[in-house]
Amino acid sequence: MTEQNRQGAPLASAGLPDKGNRKQLNLRHEDISMEVRDLNLYYGETQALKNISMDIAAKRVTAFIGPSGCGKSTLLRCFNRMNDLIDICRITGEMRIDGNDIYHPSIDVPELRRKVGMVFQKPNPFPKSIYENIAYGLRLQGVKNRRKLDEVVEHSLKRAALWDEVKDRLNDNAFGLSGGQQQRLVIARAIAIEPEVILLDEPCSALDPISTAKVEELIIDLKEAYTIVIVTHNMQQAARVSDFTAYMYLGELIEYDDTAKLFTNPSRKATEDYITGRYG
Amino acid sequence: MSMRSWFRSGDPWVWLIGGAVSISVVMVLGLLLLIGVRGLGHFWQPPIVEATQTVDGKERVILGAIRTTETVTAQAVREAGIEVPEDQEVVTRYLFHLGNRDVTGRDFEWFVGDLLSEFRYPDDAIMLERQEWGNFYGYLLAVKEEGEIVAEGEAAFEALADRLERSTALVADTVRMERYEIGRINFQIEQERLAQRRAELNDSLSDQERAEVIAQSEAEVARLNEEYQALYAELLELRARARRDVLVARTADGQEVTINFAQIVRATRANTLSVGDKMVEYGSRLWGFMSGYPREANTEGGIFPAIFGTIMMVFIMSIVVTPFGVLAAIYLREYAKQGPVTKIVRISVNNLAGVPSIVFGVFGLGFFVYFLGGNIDQLFYPEALPSPTFGAPGLIWASLTLALLTLPVVIVSTEEGLTRIPKAMREGSLALGATKAETLWKVIVPVSTPAMMTGLILAVARAAGEVAPLMLVGVVKLAPNLPVDGQFPFIHMERRIMHLGFHIYDVGFQSPNAEAARPLVYATALVLVGLILVLNLTAIAIRNRLREKYKSESD
Repeated sequence: MTEQNRQGAPLASAGLPDKGNRKQLNLRHEDISMEVRDLNLYYGETQALKNISMDIAAKRVTAFIGPSGCGKSTLLRCFNRMNDLIDICRITGEMRIDGNDIYHPSIDVPELRRKVGMVFQKPNPFPKSIYENIAYGLRLQGVKNRRKLDEVVEHSLKRAALWDEVKDRLNDNAFGLSGGQQQRLVIARAIAIEPEVILLDEPCSALDPISTAKVEELIIDLKEAYTIVIVTHNMQQAARVSDFTAYMYLGELIEYDDTAKLFTNPSRKATEDYITGRYG
Repeated sequence: MSMRSWFRSGDPWVWLIGGAVSISVVMVLGLLLLIGVRGLGHFWQPPIVEATQTVDGKERVILGAIRTTETVTAQAVREAGIEVPEDQEVVTRYLFHLGNRDVTGRDFEWFVGDLLSEFRYPDDAIMLERQEWGNFYGYLLAVKEEGEIVAEGEAAFEALADRLERSTALVADTVRMERYEIGRINFQIEQERLAQRRAELNDSLSDQERAEVIAQSEAEVARLNEEYQALYAELLELRARARRDVLVARTADGQEVTINFAQIVRATRANTLSVGDKMVEYGSRLWGFMSGYPREANTEGGIFPAIFGTIMMVFIMSIVVTPFGVLAAIYLREYAKQGPVTKIVRISVNNLAGVPSIVFGVFGLGFFVYFLGGNIDQLFYPEALPSPTFGAPGLIWASLTLALLTLPVVIVSTEEGLTRIPKAMREGSLALGATKAETLWKVIVPVSTPAMMTGLILAVARAAGEVAPLMLVGVVKLAPNLPVDGQFPFIHMERRIMHLGFHIYDVGFQSPNAEAARPLVYATALVLVGLILVLNLTAIAIRNRLREKYKSESD
């Protein structure tokens, strides 16, 4: 209860209309990969996301930070419509990728998810061989050519910096890999189908520091080719890997800015409290 | 340590649980041991005992094998009218297997030990296992070929062994001929008869066409009849050759009996056998039991048709129940909107598992046999009517009834398997652009196959042991033809089958010769338990391989 009261203080200031601070980034139009406009999301009666508007920069890393339950994962899962799986979930507002409204009734959701790949908190390889895990997405698209599959598997694993570790045991069960390897495998699986965007939902929270470092390197490496959105609890991680950072709190987007600016000179007190650890 | 703290430590519960587990294990092992010993002991050749019974000064020589020994109170024996010395308290009595049912009319008899002389084990006593009338116990006198004595006395047994080999081979030939070649011709003649009838019933044929078809078929029948005549002549000749030799033997009470070699299954001089010989004999008898056809109202011979029928039925049941159960579970868990309706469906499925099996039997008889089978006959086999083809109990209906009976088990375990799959695995697939159906068939279903196998294992165990409903829908005491043979369509789903469980009931409780049948009940029970064990172990082996293949952290 006391914690709630203490949280009340930043909330009060967060509640003020402060368009200037909840700013849109100054991005040229062609650099924008995804746009979110007035997005509201409800789980039944509860509102989980409130009026979110933001642009996501193409071929950059955008990090969502904020305390547990603030809605950052929920927002992330809006980008590939993973929230559709929840019956009671309802969305208003607009979300565009390359100018196309992804919540338009005519949108083909599997097609959208091919364009917007996702990596989850816990590594979730399929109980198949390493090779089949990577080939899964391609096989879904009907690729049967063995040589093409071999090529993509090798390329994806190399991209995910996993090739050297697994090249001799591609036909072993993926569950034989360590947690960090599994997470990189899942990333390789996501990039095997050449998405435009990769969503990472706390990808390192189940990993040890060495594996985390590897995944972080990989993220930085991948942003040359993909738009990356990462949700993280770890502010150092956000600072290390991201170009832009959004701070969310109780379903609201409090501040969204260059990572360097947000961590060194936040314009909102709530943000400052959170990143300096005075929150909670 | 005080009682109170002992209780609080939790130790009493550990002891209680441990005790319960050990009692269960002991009971299971005890049961298996009982049927194992009683069933397997039957095939061991006991010594042939000769003794003299003296009642009121009259002597009677008896010869046979001792089946059971019992100790009873002397009082009970006295009340039965047999004199026993006053100071004696208990009496031993023996159940003798005397055999020779054709001579004496009964092959088992109790004898009170006090009235018997010393037991003698004559080396020249022989035991013959025969096709009819059960065993023969006696002394070999001579072997005759076409009425002429070829061997007598000591040489006779050797001659017997040699000639028995020949006659057994010939008998096997006749049986093969009757079962397969003549069976095939009879089947084809029946098919021709049905073809003619079909032509008669077919309105779309002109009279001329019909006459043509019938004439063609008649010609075929004539040809088949010719073939049959030739085969039959051959068969008669074979039979005559098999019946060439006879033996003359003396029973214990001095009668001379002539026995044809074609009647003899095996012959032993049991008292001269070494342990090694007995073991060979044992193996041969056990094999004969497993691979042979029943004789003498199922009290003798083998149980092969019952083993075959049981496996066949369980197999077809599995083929039917797995897809239905799995699809039902997938629909319930993955597609149906969870709500009151699915709840009711689930409750119904669970209750279905508790319905007494005989109710399924009655349903199977009413719905499958009479309704479905009857309509199939009307539509597809009108030429055979009024004799039913599918409209009578048969393999297919027995299997379907069992499939219905075991459906809940498969549904429940599959559903449990589906629920256990981590959400992350589904999301992983969906996030790669898979549709729900693709996710289901490429990830969810393969991963939950071990759970489906678990359901199947439980279903098989239940189905193989079920008897009551089967009596109504397709299992009979004696089915002369196996459901699989060389005649098109090779698997005859409409045929009645024999079943181990029903065989146990039949042999144990419906048999005219209870004493002869009793060991077979144990032996058959052992085979049934063994069969279920083998089926289960196979399924478990498959499941473990699947588990290994789809190993994941959730297991």
